Amino acid sequence: MPIPEPLLRIENLTIAFPPARRGGDEVRVVDGVTLSIGSGETVGVVGESGSGKSMTALSVLRLLPEPGRITGGTLHLGDTDLLALTEKQMRGVRGGRVAMIFQDPMTSLNPVFTVGDQIAESVRLHRGLGRKESWDEAVQALRRVHIALPERRASQYPHELSGGMRQRVMIALALASQPQVLLADEPTTALDVTVQAQILALLDELKRETGMGILLITHDLGVVAETCDRVLVMYSGQVMESADARTLFAMPSHPYTQGLLASLPEMAPEGATRLSFIAGQPPTSGAITDGCPFRTRCPKYLPGICERPLPTTRLSDSHLVRCHLYGEAAL
Amino acid sequence: MTLLSVEGLKVYFPLGHGQTVRAVDGVTFSVARGETLGLVGESGCGKSTTSRALLRLVAATGGRVRFDGQDILQLSETDLRGLRRRMQMVFQDPYASLSPRLNIGQIVAEPLEIHGIGTGRSERDAKVSELLKAVGMSPSVSRRYPHEFSGGQRQRIGIARALALNPELVVLDEPVSALDISVRAQVVNLLADLQQERGIAYLFVGHDLSLIRHAAHRVAVMYLGRIVEIAPSHALYTDPRHPYTRSLLASIPVLDPARRRERAPLEGDPPSPIDMPSGCRFRSRCLYAQPICTEQDPALVPVGGGSIPGHQSACHFANALPVWQASANHSVV
Repeated sequence: MPIPEPLLRIENLTIAFPPARRGGDEVRVVDGVTLSIGSGETVGVVGESGSGKSMTALSVLRLLPEPGRITGGTLHLGDTDLLALTEKQMRGVRGGRVAMIFQDPMTSLNPVFTVGDQIAESVRLHRGLGRKESWDEAVQALRRVHIALPERRASQYPHELSGGMRQRVMIALALASQPQVLLADEPTTALDVTVQAQILALLDELKRETGMGILLITHDLGVVAETCDRVLVMYSGQVMESADARTLFAMPSHPYTQGLLASLPEMAPEGATRLSFIAGQPPTSGAITDGCPFRTRCPKYLPGICERPLPTTRLSDSHLVRCHLYGEAAL
Repeated sequence: MTLLSVEGLKVYFPLGHGQTVRAVDGVTFSVARGETLGLVGESGCGKSTTSRALLRLVAATGGRVRFDGQDILQLSETDLRGLRRRMQMVFQDPYASLSPRLNIGQIVAEPLEIHGIGTGRSERDAKVSELLKAVGMSPSVSRRYPHEFSGGQRQRIGIARALALNPELVVLDEPVSALDISVRAQVVNLLADLQQERGIAYLFVGHDLSLIRHAAHRVAVMYLGRIVEIAPSHALYTDPRHPYTRSLLASIPVLDPARRRERAPLEGDPPSPIDMPSGCRFRSRCLYAQPICTEQDPALVPVGGGSIPGHQSACHFANALPVWQASANHSVV
């Protein structure tokens, strides 16, 4: 199978915040992340709070919270070097070629405009259509995300809609500009399971129709198993393991990935009173140290070895792991 | 032995203009000593309101709640206070439920003070140390403040506070939903250990069906203010007898990309709790709805003529549904 040209390429991305005190160290929240997304592909980034997964997504739009900075690496959207664009050019990319949806739809919907107006505005800005055509497009966009009575819903305000419907409106809004890449940050985390199933099915359908690539940020391994083609597992700003989804679930290789999967209640034998667990607490963000960030919680910690820089080992074409168990030092 | 029995509990909220939200609309269940009852459902189904009404944190409109034989809803404030010692609550958000201005020792000792337990300072300190140890924390943290702790550690502190009065029943309202996945299992295990050591009964309110399956002995499923199905965990997950329970179970993502399936997600949104449909509340979204479902409100009755002990469903067709294909998520041992 020929490998399609990736739509989005992130290479060796590093994001840091300046030191809290003068003379202190800068705080690296993302360290050396590399990923690419092809057309029609869903790539999942899994991690816990502070793992750097959301920062990675925001960096694509160059919307890092102040005073965070991209301090290393490259970001390419097709042939466009995103880091070389002017702020004005970047505004055309945001909500245009790259769109983003969030956990809470109210963060991206404006409460004082009807949902139709908000979608029509995006259509006007990014596709240069007239007022009437933009409105028709907005109604069409609502129909595409399976909102019943789209003509009527278009004239309603966000507060008049249910949570699941708002999430659909946000997706309609994001897709109105016909983006090549959709960044989805925990898009179903606030939703009930039945609504989550509806939204995941919708995203999959729209992806197949339009060929867009999706970067799905989530902490939920079930959602990953259900929707992603490839997966990166992040911990404390670094990628610990990456693989195609089937391989990751069939052969999790990093002790962190193994621990996460084993701790899910689905994995416990029927009738077991206790769950398998990972000891300790997740590190606070920016606590990146030399060596493996997971070593303080790792059941396979190798004293004297895990403090060294992490090796990257290719277990198969699509499967990379960053762990000393697979590196030369352990052999 | 029954510890808590709830009969026909109703909680209505008046909206004005003669409109009423029937948040909890005739709920009946019981919890035995040392047992965990899971209460699941989607947002707005009334599960949290039910749990709060039991502790009289919201006022019930009707029904009976008996705790160890006493009707909680009829008690005076003074008598209620005595009973509250025996029933405690752990909240979902470990960031909002601990006062940022009290140190950990003060937080855990507060219930003891309120109820006048342990006279001297040293007696209370000893009790706080014991409680912190019970939840897997070092007594040395008692001089520190909540902001110094992660979500998982804060939830342990919240559990220590709930245990301070040796309760017989603890209401757990989504106790691990706000926690990182790597620490959820730790807290779930802690709750199981404490139950074994102390014989506490839990009412475990949640929306994570896989977790509830693991954590609860029996499970009640709520929809629009009613319990639509209640059963021992194993029966509920392997032989669900209400179409809504089936939709919920079918919505759980399968943890195996090789077994991804095309599915028919449950369509639409639940009807408004202000303007309830006639007959069965689930009929507008139900695959199996028949004319009788519009005419008659189905009661919660034993399924299979009582052949499965404790399994009840509120569906006219509970005994006529097609055989359920067990969830692919669980390996049958």
